[in-house]
Amino acid sequence: MNTSSKNTDSVVATADSPVLRIENLYVQLPLGSERRYAVEGVSYDLAPKEILCVVGESGSGKSLTARAVMGLLPAPHVQYEKGQIVFQGEDLTKVSEARMRQVRGGEISMIFQEPMTALNPVMRIGEQIDEVIRFHASQPRKLRRQLALQLLEDVQLPDPSRIMSAYPHELSGGQRQRAMIAMALALEPKVLIADEPTTALDVTTQAQILRLIKELQAKHDTGVLFITHDFGVVADIADRVAVMQHGKIVEIGSVDKVLNHPEHPYTQALTDAVPSLIPRMAKEVVSAPILEVRNLVKTYRSGGGWFGLGKPVKEVNACDSVNVVLNDAETLGIVGESGSGKSTLARCIVRLLSTDAGEIIYRGQDLCALDRSSMRPYRSKIQMVFQDPYASLNPRATVGRIITEGPVILGESKSEAQSRAREMLELVGLDARAFERYPHEFSGGQRQRIGLARALALQPEVLVADEPVSALDVSIQAQVLDLLADIRDRLQLSMVFITHDLRVAAQVCDRIAVMRLGQVVEQGPTAQLFDNAQHPYTQELLDAVPGREWSRLRALS
Amino acid sequence: MSQAGKRSRYVLKRLLHAIPVVLAIIVVNFFLLQLAEGDAVDVLAGEAGSATPEYMAQLREKFGLDQPLPVQLGVYMKNMLSFDLGYSFRHDMPVSQLVLDRLVPTLLLMVSTITLAVGFGIILGLVAASNLNTWKDNVISIFALISYATPLFWVGLMMIVVFSLKLRWFPTSGMENVAMFYEGWDRVKDIAHHLVMPTLTLSLFYLALYTRFMRASMLEQASMDYVTTARAKGLTERRIVFVHILRNALLPVVTMAGVQVGSLIGGSVIVESVFAWPGLGMLAFEALFSRDLNLLLGIFLLSALLVVAINLVVDLLYSFLDPRIEVG
Amino acid sequence: MSFWRRFCRNRSAVVGLIILAIVVLIAASAHLLFPEDPFKLVGQSMSPPGENGFLFGSDTLGRDVAAGMAHGARVSLLIGLIATTVAVSLGVLLGAFAGYFGGWVDDVLMRVTEMFQTIPSFIFAILIVAIMKPSINSVIIAIAVVSWPAVARLVRGEFLAMRNREFVQACHIIGMSDWRIMVREILPNCLSPIIVTGSLMVATAILIESGLAFLGLGDPNIISWGFQIGAGRTVLRSAWWVCTFPGIAIMLTVLAINLVGEGLNDAMNPRLRERT
Repeated sequence: MNTSSKNTDSVVATADSPVLRIENLYVQLPLGSERRYAVEGVSYDLAPKEILCVVGESGSGKSLTARAVMGLLPAPHVQYEKGQIVFQGEDLTKVSEARMRQVRGGEISMIFQEPMTALNPVMRIGEQIDEVIRFHASQPRKLRRQLALQLLEDVQLPDPSRIMSAYPHELSGGQRQRAMIAMALALEPKVLIADEPTTALDVTTQAQILRLIKELQAKHDTGVLFITHDFGVVADIADRVAVMQHGKIVEIGSVDKVLNHPEHPYTQALTDAVPSLIPRMAKEVVSAPILEVRNLVKTYRSGGGWFGLGKPVKEVNACDSVNVVLNDAETLGIVGESGSGKSTLARCIVRLLSTDAGEIIYRGQDLCALDRSSMRPYRSKIQMVFQDPYASLNPRATVGRIITEGPVILGESKSEAQSRAREMLELVGLDARAFERYPHEFSGGQRQRIGLARALALQPEVLVADEPVSALDVSIQAQVLDLLADIRDRLQLSMVFITHDLRVAAQVCDRIAVMRLGQVVEQGPTAQLFDNAQHPYTQELLDAVPGREWSRLRALS
Repeated sequence: MSQAGKRSRYVLKRLLHAIPVVLAIIVVNFFLLQLAEGDAVDVLAGEAGSATPEYMAQLREKFGLDQPLPVQLGVYMKNMLSFDLGYSFRHDMPVSQLVLDRLVPTLLLMVSTITLAVGFGIILGLVAASNLNTWKDNVISIFALISYATPLFWVGLMMIVVFSLKLRWFPTSGMENVAMFYEGWDRVKDIAHHLVMPTLTLSLFYLALYTRFMRASMLEQASMDYVTTARAKGLTERRIVFVHILRNALLPVVTMAGVQVGSLIGGSVIVESVFAWPGLGMLAFEALFSRDLNLLLGIFLLSALLVVAINLVVDLLYSFLDPRIEVG
Repeated sequence: MSFWRRFCRNRSAVVGLIILAIVVLIAASAHLLFPEDPFKLVGQSMSPPGENGFLFGSDTLGRDVAAGMAHGARVSLLIGLIATTVAVSLGVLLGAFAGYFGGWVDDVLMRVTEMFQTIPSFIFAILIVAIMKPSINSVIIAIAVVSWPAVARLVRGEFLAMRNREFVQACHIIGMSDWRIMVREILPNCLSPIIVTGSLMVATAILIESGLAFLGLGDPNIISWGFQIGAGRTVLRSAWWVCTFPGIAIMLTVLAINLVGEGLNDAMNPRLRERT
């Protein structure tokens, strides 16, 4: 539309002048939202060859700022109101849609959190890369193919020509994200926006992807706007950091300044909430097993079907002869990546899943040998806290019903159960008036407290916690962890704590068992495991924890 | 496994899935026979004593009616599987021959209807979704709503009133003008001329269905993450809609088209009887009037087989559209 | 309250509700508006609409088309409602078992459902009615038998998804019985899709009933819209009104129910509405 904007290539960006400058940006939320603005007066610069991390909790507006740069706000509900987004001297809020299309993918590109849903499921990877090149540069087919192969090689994907003709579902999560990165870097953009690109990945894969982004960024002199909630990632990758809260930037500066000498109280609170990698003081563990898992085997079978013509029969050894011991009043951590079988183990212990072989011995009684009715008296003794605060409470039941249901089923009188439910609500730090309300009236952290109250109402001796804080923001996470620790000590609970996060494990667990592909590869006291890991996989896990170096320095000071 | 290998495996699997369905349909047929008044032979002979007593006795023996029920079922299944559907005294012809003779007109009607309904349904749904909340969307949505609510036979009758009786554009009934002894292209044109109104009538409801479904499917796909990615790649809206969203949106529509085939055959009973189209549906209508239950059962069996066959074709088509078969 | 407000935000749903209310009113007061038996020959045959005191004309035998329509409304709504209730109950029961227990229960039930969905449903309904002899009961049974699989599939899907939700697992851990989990915990969470599907099914049931009656498979002692059209088709040339008006009645009623069903859908799933 306006031809002047097409001549921006002549505006030479010097090393100092920012490649991208956001000035006083306002993005509106729909009427009736909690806040009027998703992004309120945000300004920041991105220099060429720089990695700027924008960090904040959910709802801080960090992602929407990035979407605004791309002109991809989820219209019509969320809209740009005012402010400038200057890319190489050109205000992107004023350019035509046609020019914006040139910018997107060509000069500024973006990668997303979920590589599975971000790729078109019915289009081959090669075609998805090719269309970026084709839409921005006119090149013969053969050259485009060469370029695509080169790109796939650059992102260190094995056998690029096979990947070219593969569909997204045929790749692993890490491979998909690599393919996304290849696509984003196809035309050597000046700016790469990475919106939580490693959040959906396992910690070891995350470390690889972070390394890759940093390498490629250095090689191509790309400015990277990296959006994350994880301070560990920030410490590893950022040159500068901007901290966002409620749609505003509260602090911006070099990575050393923001992470190690934060000025704003919110930044201080956030960095303090990041669990340290130095294990907490271990408790004197008295060897008095309350729960023992012996040679537990659980295999998932899928496929087969009639005439053996269904999906090919697939067997997954979710638990492959697992042995762990939980001592009285001890917290045992089960650590592993997705698919390690840690959640299966938890579900076997609470008898949600049947086992194929092995024993689960609680105070001398093998629970696997019990049928439904003889299991009843043991039900209350072992309780569970779940991961997803939004799925773990029945949306149609009041909090009171949710908490009292268990005791009533196990034979307690209604009034007794009710009075204890109120007690439990107070114990987990909620108002007793919550009793009459429904789950949707509470925040994620509060819901986790309700879930904890439900488990505690049965007066268990063993609490199995399956990733209880991994769906929570870091500040809420710290509160819930404190609460768990407090209650565990007060009630002398023994706890099995499932987590993928070694930082959390370091702060919560007395002993840790590391799982991989259904097997426990190593177990031992937390401090010993962190200082002197024996198994190479444990070492790999420890090395992959983002912000390791930062944490070490912080602990020293 | 290669894509082609996966596909043939998938289709083979669907083929094998169809076998128990066919067997089950025969069993249902058998029990329907049991439900009818009198013994099965009364039904098989077409009631009202149009069969000779000798034939009745022969039938009783053939079906082993003095035997226990499971044996009877076995005999019945054997007969059905060898496509021995009995004899229709009304038409003085074996049922199998009768239904096979009427298969072609029904297939003609179905194929033209499916083509029209799916084709235009997809186009209209696409237009409505890409012009969301504009007058185009509104007109299409209202058209679909009304078509979706109108009974087929009434549409047929009203079309006859308007286009045949008043405007005299199309013939009221039949498949061809037999008295004219057309041959070659003339005959094709004549049949096509007769085909217009039955096809329009039968496709109206399904056109509405696919339009609504396609619109909803397009809107759902448009909110997916990969569409944001496509935008972030700087693609044009045209390419995003026609390449990225369209192909994904088609998948549930194709599945749905397969599911609807059964109901389409049911609809053809009504449409054929309104337009006297000499297919299976018309035959069913005649059988209903002459209370020739066995013929009705034969038609039912054949149309069920037809649905199974068409579903297989749809499955094959689907396997070309969705690379995720065998995985998801 | 907020549900009602959300429903009213969909204007076409309100229009549907008004039309439906009128149809229900006419059906309920049919014996007051037209006290005579609708089968009774009450005047000049083949009178065009508006003549000889016939609002919508009379048929070949001199029966009042309008009277038939009013009484037919009662039959259509009744059959639609009862058949749907039967089909939904059956579908919920089977779908819930299949989805909740999975494994071979699911395999068997779903294979049966699959078969029922493969069978050309309208021909199946014709067969059932023809074999059982046309009566109001056989029509209801036929419609229910061909309608339940859709509900079963829906409910199975919902139960299958809910079964692995963490709140259901929590119920297992406190030792709740399967029956109670299904009825008290899962079912309330899938009521809204069931209600929406059920309401749309009433419309389909009315269409099936009219089709059966059109083919002469209605209860011979009860007047219905489909029967009127079927009886009038022979005089299409000379008396178009006999077929036309009952058809409009079917269309309006079905349209109204569909609109109400969609309104319910929007009101019960506010998130879905946001998106589209």
